[in-house]
Amino acid sequence: MKNNKLMLLLKGLILENPVLVLVLGTCPTLAMTNSVISALGMGVAATIVLICSNVVISALRKVIPDTVRIPCYIVIIAGFVTAVQLLMHAYLPSLYDMMGVYLALIVVNCIILGRAEMFASKNGVVDSAFDGLGMGLGFLLALLAMATVREVLGAATFAGYKIPFFNENGYYLPILTQAPGGFLVFGILIAIINKIGVNKGKEKRKQLAGCEGCPSAGICGKTACSETAELTANADQVSAPAGKEAEGGEA
Amino acid sequence: MEYLKQLTLILMAGVLVNNYVLQKFLGICPFLGVSKKFNQAFGMGIAVTFVMLVATAVTYPLYFYLLVPNKLEYLETILFILVIAALVQFVEIVLKKFIPALHAALGVYLPLITTNCAVLGVTLNNITDGYNFLESMISSLGVGIGFLLAMVLFAGVRSRIENCPAPECMKGLPVTLVAASIVSLAFLGFSGVFETLLA
Repeated sequence: MKNNKLMLLLKGLILENPVLVLVLGTCPTLAMTNSVISALGMGVAATIVLICSNVVISALRKVIPDTVRIPCYIVIIAGFVTAVQLLMHAYLPSLYDMMGVYLALIVVNCIILGRAEMFASKNGVVDSAFDGLGMGLGFLLALLAMATVREVLGAATFAGYKIPFFNENGYYLPILTQAPGGFLVFGILIAIINKIGVNKGKEKRKQLAGCEGCPSAGICGKTACSETAELTANADQVSAPAGKEAEGGEA
Repeated sequence: MEYLKQLTLILMAGVLVNNYVLQKFLGICPFLGVSKKFNQAFGMGIAVTFVMLVATAVTYPLYFYLLVPNKLEYLETILFILVIAALVQFVEIVLKKFIPALHAALGVYLPLITTNCAVLGVTLNNITDGYNFLESMISSLGVGIGFLLAMVLFAGVRSRIENCPAPECMKGLPVTLVAASIVSLAFLGFSGVFETLLA
């Protein structure tokens, strides 16, 4: 039983990492990783919201009527986001200012709605809490990895502390902390993940990038929408050649 | 005249300098998901612009005539997302009933817009930036056009990427992101243009 819970945690952290494997929640990933501090703030805030909303949604899963479940989930999530916003405004005002509108935009983070739809609405409270924690930590980990690359190479600092030598001599690329650098680092990071282990993830991604994983599925009512079709097509494109290569490597 | 200049600046800032997709990272999911074909990208861009305008027209008065008098400003996130979700459904129903041709063209994209962070983002930003109603509408229009521009430009870039021989592990999403980075770099240049215009 305990093993099972551990698996739930690890699944979110590595195998089904929401950002790097499932490619969900790209907006905050790109926007909040220009410094380690803001990435940490975003990751922790999203994790708290994710755990709370998962617990509440899973506790209410038998009460919420199926037809209006998406609006219900949105209200629950928005409630927790507002709570986190108020707490952060009160106790961490500088971080609150740094995160700006992105803090409120946790509401429309696909990871949170996606987990509510895919996991919390079908599983028990404790399992959902662990799933939320695992996914949240996976999100945090991915954000920190990206932010570290961007801040260290882009500003020669780490969480605000200057890295000696590199910082003084101007050996850094400021463009990495700006918008283009976000796209670039994210692209390269996903390419690395593809290179390492997409062979394993192929089936999983196919099954997870389907309509079930799409937050709009409830409103949409179709079995395959253009967005998920594109996503699945992308996933296939990404994984097929890499898979071939891996086989080639073994041979 | 001075005011007109200010409005133009707000509009152009939304389109070019503060481009939501390429500079502020809002609305990345449709940007990456629906930008494969030019027609789809254009349809999505128009639908988003339309919803942004309607959403601003509704959320702005709600904020100032419902939330502010009752001192409930902190509820803006909950209220706005609900309004947007309801609005998208409503727009879809109205379009289906009265303008079926437009519904056939945009219908597919409408449900996806509910969870588009650019729409919620622009309504929230209009409030934080302290714009009045006209300025808010102009700013939403600018942001919408900026989104459309980014989608259409990127659809063009993407149709060329499809045929280029990328390294195996870069194929698909990674090479798309790298291309997005280069397009974003081009947009970064506009901020310099604006500084000279303002000076």
